[in-house]
Amino acid sequence: MEPVPPAQLLPEARRGLLLGTRGWAAVASALALIAVVVPVLNLLVPAGNPLHLGDWGIALVAKIMCYAICALAMDLIWGYTGILSLGHGLYFALGGYAMGMYLMRQIGHDGNYRSDLPDFMVFLDWKQLPWTWAGSSSLSFQLLLVVAAPALVAGVFGWFAFRSRIKGVYFSIITQACTFAAMLLFFRNETGFGGNNGFTDFKRIAGVPIALPSTRMALFVLTGCTLVGFYLLARAIVNSKFGRVLQAIRDAETRVMFTGYDPLRYKLAIWVLSAAMCGVAGALYVPQVGIINPSEMSPAASIEIAVWCAVGGRGTLLGPVLGAFFVNGAKSWFTQAFPEFWLYFLGALFIAVTLFLPRGLLGIAASLRREKGVEASE
Amino acid sequence: MRRLQSLGRRLALATALAALAAPSAWALDAAQARAIAVGDGDARIAALDAAIARADPGLAPFAQALLDDAVKTGSNGVYIVHDDKATDAVTGAPVALPPDAEDVTNNNRMRGALQAALSGLRLLSPDANQRHAAIEELAKADPDPALLPVLVRAEAAETDASAKRRLGRLVAGVRIAAPERAVRLQAIDALARSDEPAVRALLQARLAPDAEADPELRAALARAVTQVDGRLAWGERLGMLFTGLSLGSILLLVALGLAITYGLMGVINMAHGELMMIGAYVTWLVQNLFRHYAPHWFDAYLLLAAPMAFLVAALVGAVLERGVIRFLYGRPLETLLATWGISLVLMQLVRSLFGAQNVEVENPSWMSGGIAVTSNLVLPWNRLAIVAFALLVLAATALVIGRTRLGLFVRGVTQNRRMASCTGIDTARTDTLAFALGAGIAGLAGCALSQVGNVGPDLGQGYIVDAFMVVVLGGVGQLAGTVVAALGLGLMNKALEGIAGAVLAKILVLVFIVVFIQKRPQGLFALKGRSAES
Repeated sequence: MEPVPPAQLLPEARRGLLLGTRGWAAVASALALIAVVVPVLNLLVPAGNPLHLGDWGIALVAKIMCYAICALAMDLIWGYTGILSLGHGLYFALGGYAMGMYLMRQIGHDGNYRSDLPDFMVFLDWKQLPWTWAGSSSLSFQLLLVVAAPALVAGVFGWFAFRSRIKGVYFSIITQACTFAAMLLFFRNETGFGGNNGFTDFKRIAGVPIALPSTRMALFVLTGCTLVGFYLLARAIVNSKFGRVLQAIRDAETRVMFTGYDPLRYKLAIWVLSAAMCGVAGALYVPQVGIINPSEMSPAASIEIAVWCAVGGRGTLLGPVLGAFFVNGAKSWFTQAFPEFWLYFLGALFIAVTLFLPRGLLGIAASLRREKGVEASE
Repeated sequence: MRRLQSLGRRLALATALAALAAPSAWALDAAQARAIAVGDGDARIAALDAAIARADPGLAPFAQALLDDAVKTGSNGVYIVHDDKATDAVTGAPVALPPDAEDVTNNNRMRGALQAALSGLRLLSPDANQRHAAIEELAKADPDPALLPVLVRAEAAETDASAKRRLGRLVAGVRIAAPERAVRLQAIDALARSDEPAVRALLQARLAPDAEADPELRAALARAVTQVDGRLAWGERLGMLFTGLSLGSILLLVALGLAITYGLMGVINMAHGELMMIGAYVTWLVQNLFRHYAPHWFDAYLLLAAPMAFLVAALVGAVLERGVIRFLYGRPLETLLATWGISLVLMQLVRSLFGAQNVEVENPSWMSGGIAVTSNLVLPWNRLAIVAFALLVLAATALVIGRTRLGLFVRGVTQNRRMASCTGIDTARTDTLAFALGAGIAGLAGCALSQVGNVGPDLGQGYIVDAFMVVVLGGVGQLAGTVVAALGLGLMNKALEGIAGAVLAKILVLVFIVVFIQKRPQGLFALKGRSAES
């Protein structure tokens, strides 16, 4: 088995700063790009101008940034802790549903049935909101739920799974079964989340019409900043002592146990954090894409997250972000240009990455750089 | 008495025979025919009922003609008109249609009465199939009280025991509403011995506040309902057991191949479902070949389809093992992703070749129908065939693993790969063969699934999670674990389905598995070892 290379240790002096000067400059320019350049090019530059950024591209990038957050969360749990989850789509969807509930209530009387209740409840002839919807009119409560619901589910599941030392493929299969079960549950109308149609037709968020260009741009900036923020958080985690233990668990769990650490707590903590990150990604995704339904919980959707991570290079933090952009960019191009070849490409990608690129795209970059370095030193 | 009965039977048969053999031997007289054809609805039905009570042999063709709207009435006769040729409905002699002849029209009520009369008369037919069909038809609806005389006569004449019993039930069903108390009581007693859902509904209807007034009879009715319920509950329990076994045998077929590949190589083959899908498509292709080139042998196409499904899937499996999986040994998570990729490619390939729509696989004719064990429990032949097939595949697999040289190698490599290699076993070749065997069994599972479900590119996706649950629950290394887990999950799923509905049952089963492996992380039957990792 080819071991995943350990993350490069930062020099002692710079560890408190998290990144080097160049790193911080890159982060600052990424933030400037997201928060200043893109909004200006989209909103202020007129549509005919070659520098104008179209809404379609903005929407696509926003969507992919949400996916990138998922990939980052997957990397923390898979790339750094060695636990492959095939059920992260569940946490993504839970966050998305928590946000969707709020957005459904924001429709107010403007639905097809002019009722206080969301349309699908009127359709099912329900007279009042189910208990799960108790706090759905409050944005702050639902935002709390965006984090709390995935974290709680992940906490309960993780505690049971890690406690009985289920690991490896067994664990992956069980996570897949769980997301599959949740999908079946959410497909039922009786569950109270819109059945197979899910939530859609959102009208406004926090009182502002959701289709306004400025609203969309605000969500875009928010998503971008969240992605950068999570990147920094992940960076801090993997460079901390906590992160070192995680990587030790990945490489030799039994040894970690015998040196006196309790892997359960470490695994559970990173598992819950990873789930919560996915929840946030889902919450950002739903208002921008405008729909959430149980298909987000399908096993295929979850396993794709793992592929973004693997393609970019797991065990690195930029890799998953890169992978999410590469795979989803390819997906939107393929599904337009050659719709029938997309699954061939995706399938081949799965096989090729595992066979030939165990360290992903960043692995290629690293080996190229190393060769160059070798040449230069000669 | 017995003599009398048999005499009656012979007489009834003779009359029925006469009616069929010589349709022109009319027995209706002109006034009776006219009364059935003309007048207001009540009077016509009364006349019809009177004719039924006489079991009039001329009634059947006449009622059929009425239903066909082929009857016309003139001022001095009733005529049947077929293809512009009129015959006298009473004598059967050809006549010229008088100019004042008018069409007879029948409203729905009249049509219903005529239909019932025809079925009633068919009860006396000498052809057993005709009688069965008539009983079937009459049992569907509440029997018409006017048919009582025919029913009684048919019951007396019936020779077939089960048909006689059903006729008795029909008679009791009419008599339960009779005006005489003693007759009703007798009918209730007769019905209490039944085990049919329809009888239960009938008894229940009599318990309605306005149906049965007599308190004693009401008590008898309530008792009868409980008795019938008791018998129905048995049928239901057995039915649940059977559907559970049937699901369990499907799960067994699906998981058996997986247990071999996972047990031997630790390879989680996510493309297992797609190998099943390939098996199902091979079955479909073979079926098409038979339909096209050898339609006489169509019923036997499975004899060729099953081995073909095994071979093709095994070949694909061997190619996969040689081409991809071999390079990923010892990296189970990567194998999982790579095989998932393979499954995507295979699905898309089938979609490109055969279209995204489901294809139609027709059961051989011997698989339709089933054995009726009780009135509310029918065991369909195709389900029984799958249970038998699963047992057969299990036995064959056990034989290959337990008794052949390949099986010996497979067991050796499973238990200790390095040691096996040291003793001269070609482990790489064993891996390929074992993987091909597992894939071939998946192909057989696909062949079986094509007989009970839809065959489409997504066929495998629906079973893959269940199959893994079986393997996880059963533990690896021994077939017994897979068998117990598959049957257990099948039975549990169906038992919970009765209580909680299909989706919740599935979720409960998954929760059960997660909780269960808290206690036994290695599954039901684990190989004993001393590894600290496991």
